[in-house]
Amino acid sequence: MSSMMNDPMILRQIIMDHGEHPRNHELSQDPTYKEKHMASDSCIDDIHVQAKIEDGKIDDVRFDGVACTISTSSTSIMSELLIGKTIEEAREIIKNYRAMIDEKPYDEDLLEEAVAFKNVGKQANRIHCATIGWDGMEALINESEEHHD
Amino acid sequence: MDVQKIREDFPMLKVKSKKGHDLIYFDNAATAFKPYSVIDAVTSYYTKYSVNAHRGDYELGFTVDTLYEEARERVAKFINCEKKEVVFTTGASFGLNQVAYGYAGHILQPGDVILTDEAEHASNYLPWMNIAEQKQAKLEFIPLDEHGMITPEKVREMMSDKVKIVAIAHVTNVLGAEIDIKEITRIVHEYGAIIVVDGAQSAPHMKVDMQDLDCDFFAFSGHKLCGPTGIGVLYGKYELLEVMEPLLLGGGSNARYDMCGNILMKNPPYKFEPGTPPIEATLGMKAAIDYIDNLGMENIHKYEHELRDYMLKKMQSELDNVEIYNANVESSIITFNVKDVFSQDAATYFSDQGISLRSGQHCAKLLMDVLKTPSTLRASLYFYNTKEEVDHFIEVCKSISKESMLDVFF
Ligand SMILES: Cc1ncc(COP(=O)(O)O)c(C=O)c1O
Repeated sequence: MSSMMNDPMILRQIIMDHGEHPRNHELSQDPTYKEKHMASDSCIDDIHVQAKIEDGKIDDVRFDGVACTISTSSTSIMSELLIGKTIEEAREIIKNYRAMIDEKPYDEDLLEEAVAFKNVGKQANRIHCATIGWDGMEALINESEEHHD
Repeated sequence: MDVQKIREDFPMLKVKSKKGHDLIYFDNAATAFKPYSVIDAVTSYYTKYSVNAHRGDYELGFTVDTLYEEARERVAKFINCEKKEVVFTTGASFGLNQVAYGYAGHILQPGDVILTDEAEHASNYLPWMNIAEQKQAKLEFIPLDEHGMITPEKVREMMSDKVKIVAIAHVTNVLGAEIDIKEITRIVHEYGAIIVVDGAQSAPHMKVDMQDLDCDFFAFSGHKLCGPTGIGVLYGKYELLEVMEPLLLGGGSNARYDMCGNILMKNPPYKFEPGTPPIEATLGMKAAIDYIDNLGMENIHKYEHELRDYMLKKMQSELDNVEIYNANVESSIITFNVKDVFSQDAATYFSDQGISLRSGQHCAKLLMDVLKTPSTLRASLYFYNTKEEVDHFIEVCKSISKESMLDVFF
């Protein structure tokens, strides 16, 4: 996997694919889903992220909204990556994703397609685009844990 | 106009991007670069007469007082009004808020109507929304025509005896359309209402004449006409300034007060200027107005429109990957998108090539209703931009696609 995930052509394809055909890109009406509205104050991105979290496990993630390719694509990849994971596993993935964005050491096997965003720091003003959906998801995870205390 | 010579006056035009590209600045509607004469006026204040205004019991204080009031005089000449009708503010936003809270907030009765439109900048919309709510007045919208224009006919259709305030931009900031304020003012006055004009995008680009327009209030910012940030102007007809309440009180705006709560305010414009003003910015704005008038507003307007025309024709004839939204309006702005590329992704690509332009939602309703897109790119030109810059922009724009826009990340 590592060598393929170092090929810029492939990483580009991944971003484009998720940007054009975002997965889980429809909000649920089911009230057991919790929702976060993430509106960037510095750009256009304005998305809603939903998650269904039960018994410490992420059953589903959805999102929708007006957003650039980077945020649409990074949120789509996040949704695929985190569905079916336990909260603990999800936290580990989010932690590694953030490390990658901050150009610190990270475990690329955990991140799968999300490594496509490893260079987003080259355009510092776009970092928030690559993290907005992830921020929303992390907030939903935090809330789910608060409610179970 | 000798643009190459003009460019020598602007230190910012020598700045390179991180990758070493010449800076091509097409975000002039946001703010304009400053010529040396403005920068010198600002630093002169700090190096030669750095004391407070309106306190001049000594030689330097008197010097600053004189310069400060000369700046007011200069603004009055620039917009053709009386000196006492020129209120210094921190910018267009403050001026518009001052009128909304200090004037409208004072006269509006429940059921009265404030008329505005969906092409306004937040600074000429949110204050009205808020004061309407506070006063139980209604905020109504003048429908835009298919080009995003506000026409006198549409204003007339919306007028009634209930309308007390009409708040519109002279030039809109998304499309750059020039609105016929003179005719609209005539209609508004027929109904005994007052008109508040947001001049933030007109004052830098065209001759604005308060006598000719006959509007009641007119607000603009210094920084968009090559002046410093933090300074702007609110023009108001004197009898309206007299009834308007100041938003802020403090030193310098009262004539006297006692500890029993009696205050005697100074007359306008001073009652609106409490506290120490940004003196250096005020003197810098005067220098900016001198600079612009020296070039000649008509020359600036003509050059900008020629350049915009050149850019528009080139985009229409050489680019098949763009959609232009305001080709039909006269403007110094081009509002567009690159096909299949979200505006912000395109802006990053342009930026990587040294070209600064704005991506944004600007005003969601206008865009959705008239332009039918959630966001756009905006290239806004000024007199120091050149055909060579436009040519380079065209080449960069040619190379953007949904694939290549990701180059900037690899
Ligand atoms: C049409 C319009 N009105 C008002 C403003 C606000 O100006 P300022 O931020 O200088 O107060 C702007 C600035 O972008 C504008 O374009």
